[in-house]
Amino acid sequence: MKLFEGLLSISRRKSPWVYCLNAGSCNGCDIETAACLSPRYDPEQVGTLRQGSPKHADILLVTGPLTLRTQDALRDIWGQIPSPKAVVAIGSCPASGNVFAGSPTVVGALAQVIPVDVYVPGCPPRPQAILQACIQAAHLLAHGKTHDQQGRREARR
Amino acid sequence: MSAWWGIGAALLCWPGLIGGAAFAWLLLWIQRKLAARLQGRKGPPFYQPFFDFIKLLGKETVVPGGVNRRLLYALPMVSAVAVVCALSLIPVPGNPMPSFAGDLIVLLYLLEMPALCGVLAGYSSRSLYGQVGSAREAILWLGYNLPLLAAVLSLAIKAKSLTLAELAGVPLGPVHVAAAAAFLLALPARLKRNPFSIPNAEQEIIAGPLTEYSGAPLAFFELAHALELVALVSLFTVLFLPTANAPGPGWVLYLLGSVVLVALITLVATASARLTLRHTFRIYWSWGAGAAFLALMIAGAW
Repeated sequence: MKLFEGLLSISRRKSPWVYCLNAGSCNGCDIETAACLSPRYDPEQVGTLRQGSPKHADILLVTGPLTLRTQDALRDIWGQIPSPKAVVAIGSCPASGNVFAGSPTVVGALAQVIPVDVYVPGCPPRPQAILQACIQAAHLLAHGKTHDQQGRREARR
Repeated sequence: MSAWWGIGAALLCWPGLIGGAAFAWLLLWIQRKLAARLQGRKGPPFYQPFFDFIKLLGKETVVPGGVNRRLLYALPMVSAVAVVCALSLIPVPGNPMPSFAGDLIVLLYLLEMPALCGVLAGYSSRSLYGQVGSAREAILWLGYNLPLLAAVLSLAIKAKSLTLAELAGVPLGPVHVAAAAAFLLALPARLKRNPFSIPNAEQEIIAGPLTEYSGAPLAFFELAHALELVALVSLFTVLFLPTANAPGPGWVLYLLGSVVLVALITLVATASARLTLRHTFRIYWSWGAGAAFLALMIAGAW
């Protein structure tokens, strides 16, 4: 059992599959995410694959300032990702709302709706930074330090 | 007593579960690495398919609302067990399983199980994408099985036997050329690779029948699919390359043939675009049917 736990930890670090979600982004961060997934940066060399179904994913990549219209969809998709899972907020918008903060159509910071594990600063961030964030999130998953894993441990206690 | 040991070893060690899975992950890695290199990427490290499998085993399984939980778990298990049994029947070099009369028919039935389970999985998952994927797979089934079965049956006619070991021992002749062509034509569709990957076209129907699957059931479906690759590639090398006749270079020929065949499938898959269902079906019922007819004619006439 101990052996399997160790193996599981390594494999969580080695195989983080991502699901990309646009929560009202201006498309700037999405272009950079697409560039990050392109052959030039090749995330598959660290085991990252882009998945079309949230049920196959480990990491949720969120771009955009989270508009009122997208927040229900975001919660739904986050709930569909099987645990353990990590959330990566790409760009300034999901961190703070950026220039859209205070708008009546925008929720603001992503952390108000779902727990965020890794922030990627920048407007938009570079593809290397997004790849770095995926690797960092995979390390968090491997060590059981994502908000999702910690929350489950708390709930079991 | 020793026959039972042979059966157990064939099911568990080689070419069954453990050896088969290790070889399957190696072939899967070759596929992914070669595709990556052809696209100008670096590609995954060689342990990637293994870690993908372990990670999926350790994830939570989400049972979609209104889906039978037992069915959700049973379908991937049945398909994985069926492919392991199928693998253990194929007379690859070093297989301790004793050959018996009619094992060809058992093998063909067992090899149909993953496709059947995949179709059922898509229909029972209550996902629109899964149902569309299943419908496509079920239609394609009628297409690719024609050349695949004809290729194997033409060898059976030639050998006048339904025992795999005797099929593998047929001296190479013109029937092998026609049958190999039919087999190779059916292989990409059987493995759902480009240009015949319409059942799991990820750009339009997400992951096809497996869209709603997660965690351990998904891991076992992936394992079954990887083992299916080994089974089909092994069947090809055993039937169309003289691996059985020489025990020394038999191993070398088997491994080399498998790797070259997988590389060939990957090359075609990377170089081609996906065909629509209509075109795929038409190809199988024109070229596929032609190859099947030719193979059977040669087997009967020569």
